[in-house]
Amino acid sequence: MSISLLTFYLFSSILLLSSLMVISTKNPVHSVLFLILAFLNAAGIFVILHAEFLAMILIIVYVGAVAVLFLFVVMMLDFKTSLEKDNILQYMPIGLLIGLVFIAELVIVLINTRLDLSNIQILSNPLDNFSDQSNTEAIGSILYTNYVLYFQLSGVILLVAMVGSIVLTLRDREGVKRQIVSEQVDRKGKIELVNVKSGEGVDI
Amino acid sequence: MIELNQFLILSALLFSIGVIGIFLNRKNVIIILMSIEIILLAVNINLIAFSHFLNDLTGQIFSLFVLTVAAAEAAIGLAILVIYNRNAGSIEIEKINTLKG
Repeated sequence: MSISLLTFYLFSSILLLSSLMVISTKNPVHSVLFLILAFLNAAGIFVILHAEFLAMILIIVYVGAVAVLFLFVVMMLDFKTSLEKDNILQYMPIGLLIGLVFIAELVIVLINTRLDLSNIQILSNPLDNFSDQSNTEAIGSILYTNYVLYFQLSGVILLVAMVGSIVLTLRDREGVKRQIVSEQVDRKGKIELVNVKSGEGVDI
Repeated sequence: MIELNQFLILSALLFSIGVIGIFLNRKNVIIILMSIEIILLAVNINLIAFSHFLNDLTGQIFSLFVLTVAAAEAAIGLAILVIYNRNAGSIEIEKINTLKG
């Protein structure tokens, strides 16, 4: 068994186990931590597949931003960790049935078919064109040329998401003093210049 | 040598775990959002595996866009969750029944 196969099995088993823990633990904080473990192992799988840039992006964006966002919300909302017994048995049969049918169908199909990708000739960006570049350089060289519109579109999606989440969560609180620029500018006639003698001070 | 089918089976299993998580979880919506993240991760593994075994870079580009959409979806979903918790006082799924769906 080669080293790469061994690493693949290591990463994928930890990935599957930790994602199982994500959906089965009671405490949401533990779920988020297992989600982080799953993302790290998925990054390892990406490295095995020679997608180093995406592996690092996965760690930075998911572990660094999304998982921390989840952690913030979980700790901020402070929902009571359920003391009453949850009736998981009520939904267990239908959920497991659908899930197992799903797994069985997919795995049966995948085990029985052997995809032959060697003579497919419809590649749009074959990797052989980038053999002298690193993965990051290759992605950049086509992301900013052929796919620049999609790149900008995803930027717009992120902007809309940012504006949307700010608008959704913004609220006016009582007793917060805000700067009102128009009133500040409008203070003509209410301003007085006083010549202060030194050592005496001034009455206001 | 690792074959393509192994990656596809891994991503199929991961996808199914996400789907089962959506079905089984009746406690809070956050676990459902995490299940959606797991599903999108499975999709990404699929795309990158095909990109590697086809010797084509397009799959990685597409996976980058999937990552973007997943991040946006997580932000919006969590924002909705926060205001729902503020208005209703709870995010337990069984108590979200005002729509009578």
